[in-house]
Amino acid sequence: MFTTTSGEKIFVVDGHVHLWDGSDENIKNRYGEEFIKCFYDYHKLSPKEYVWPYKKYQKYTDEDFEQDIFQNGYVDFAIFNPQYLGDFYYNGFSSLERNETFRKKHPDRVIANGFWDPRNEEAGLKQLEKDVEKYGWKGVKLYTAEWKGDSKGWKLTDPWSYRYLEKSQELGIKNVHVHKGPTIRPLNKDAFDVGDVDETATLFPDLNFIVEHCGLPRLNDFTFIAAQEPNVYAGLAVAIALIHTRPRYFSEIISELLFWLGPDRILFGSDYALWQPKWIIEKFMDLQLPEDLAAETGQITMEMKKKILGENAARLYNIPISDGASSPKRAESPEPVRKVAPVA
Amino acid sequence: MQPSNRLEQIWLALESVTDPEIDESVVSLDFVSEVKIDESNGIEIEFRLPTYWCAPNFAFLMASDMRDAVSELDWVADVTVRLVDHFSAELINRGVARKQDFRDAFPGETDDDLCALRQKFLGQAYERRQELLLKHLFGLGSDPTSILGLRLSDLLSLALDQQGAALRALYLFVWRKSHPNAGKEAMAFTTWEGTPVDPRDLKDYLRKIAGARRNAAFNGFICRSLLAERAGDKR
Repeated sequence: MFTTTSGEKIFVVDGHVHLWDGSDENIKNRYGEEFIKCFYDYHKLSPKEYVWPYKKYQKYTDEDFEQDIFQNGYVDFAIFNPQYLGDFYYNGFSSLERNETFRKKHPDRVIANGFWDPRNEEAGLKQLEKDVEKYGWKGVKLYTAEWKGDSKGWKLTDPWSYRYLEKSQELGIKNVHVHKGPTIRPLNKDAFDVGDVDETATLFPDLNFIVEHCGLPRLNDFTFIAAQEPNVYAGLAVAIALIHTRPRYFSEIISELLFWLGPDRILFGSDYALWQPKWIIEKFMDLQLPEDLAAETGQITMEMKKKILGENAARLYNIPISDGASSPKRAESPEPVRKVAPVA
Repeated sequence: MQPSNRLEQIWLALESVTDPEIDESVVSLDFVSEVKIDESNGIEIEFRLPTYWCAPNFAFLMASDMRDAVSELDWVADVTVRLVDHFSAELINRGVARKQDFRDAFPGETDDDLCALRQKFLGQAYERRQELLLKHLFGLGSDPTSILGLRLSDLLSLALDQQGAALRALYLFVWRKSHPNAGKEAMAFTTWEGTPVDPRDLKDYLRKIAGARRNAAFNGFICRSLLAERAGDKR
């Protein structure tokens, strides 16, 4: 819960967080080492006082998470969007087990999404059934540029991917988070190209597709697709971290997203531990678009900020919005609960 | 000619090579870490990228462009381009040395050469540079309709300050690549596809081409930050 200077309480859902293990013990090969190092370089886009030592960044504790997310980070509800990377790390970069254990500690504040990889074909479909039974996933995170043996990536439009999406839908998964962000390894078959979202979102109108990192740097490709597909959402992870070092640039991004998608289809995410929600949220709440941008697309309002910071994700995941008087409880009803926090 | 001048000539040639996604020179981006000339005028260029993971197709484009740009100097005997600290450095360096196509350098991973990709980035550079120049001209108070109606000869004869002239030169560099046979009477400000811009659609058109600038700006900012951190780690 973030409290404004006028005392208004803002409900916060961090739609993109991790508990990862990039420790030396877990690193399989040079790729794993370079991956966490590259993440660490991104981390250093934070304000100086928030930069961790490398060792801590490689593997941090549950307590670090609780402190940075719940105690200091204003976050009421956090959503794990895990990344497996089994070719780089012995136990994977994210561990479903660890996420689930953590979720059980905070059942009223954590959603632990899963993942699947269509290249596991038939066996993976069976595994998906087991996983959903065990974890009760409502969302999955898909990482189309993941390496797997000789394959360096896949597309949402691959035939096996469609079978997995059908199965996901059948099993009650509603939200599909797709990592489409800064280039890591595309050849000219660009695994992070947003083009495959277009066709897929049309074919699966009942699924929500949250495009993490809003396709940056191909923001215009993304907004072009999102403007036509009502079930496509923008996940702000990475983009919003630029609010510190490049506030003008972030203003341009958010103003484009508001213009093309409107305020109901944009979701906040810190990408913790890449960046901490505390400083991002403080700066976002202070954000005023520069005059020239506001003249084009309108000024960002408090109502919009509330939607982006919490209400939109709460709607997608059936999270009841608490008013701060009592602790929030998980929704039982399939209908979205939408209650706007009263002005104090 | 003195070796120091030769070195300068090489750096100057490298200036013309851009990172396709950022549309800025590999020199100003600090990608080139070392240039060496041996006694027999063999050149060795070493470069590094902001991350170990940077896209190999872009790396391949830059490496082969560097090789070609420096090879154009008539005194140069041969050119070796060496990418370091990159997961596919070996394949890229070998492919560039053998003057291979990208698809031959990465067998089985791609079925296309990089012509289409080059063309795509040329289009983005065209839009990015056009937007910068148009905004500059509008900022001077010029009437949009008459600007959009300019011919190449008109644009060349506009009296511009240093900044404006630089933006015009950058734009025309790409414009000429995409209009190889155009004469002085050709329209200076068409869309990338070659159609004139209707002044009534100007606002939408500017919104559209601003996308190229934003993409490049994001890449430029991220790449500079990451490269600075990576270079810092090595010190």
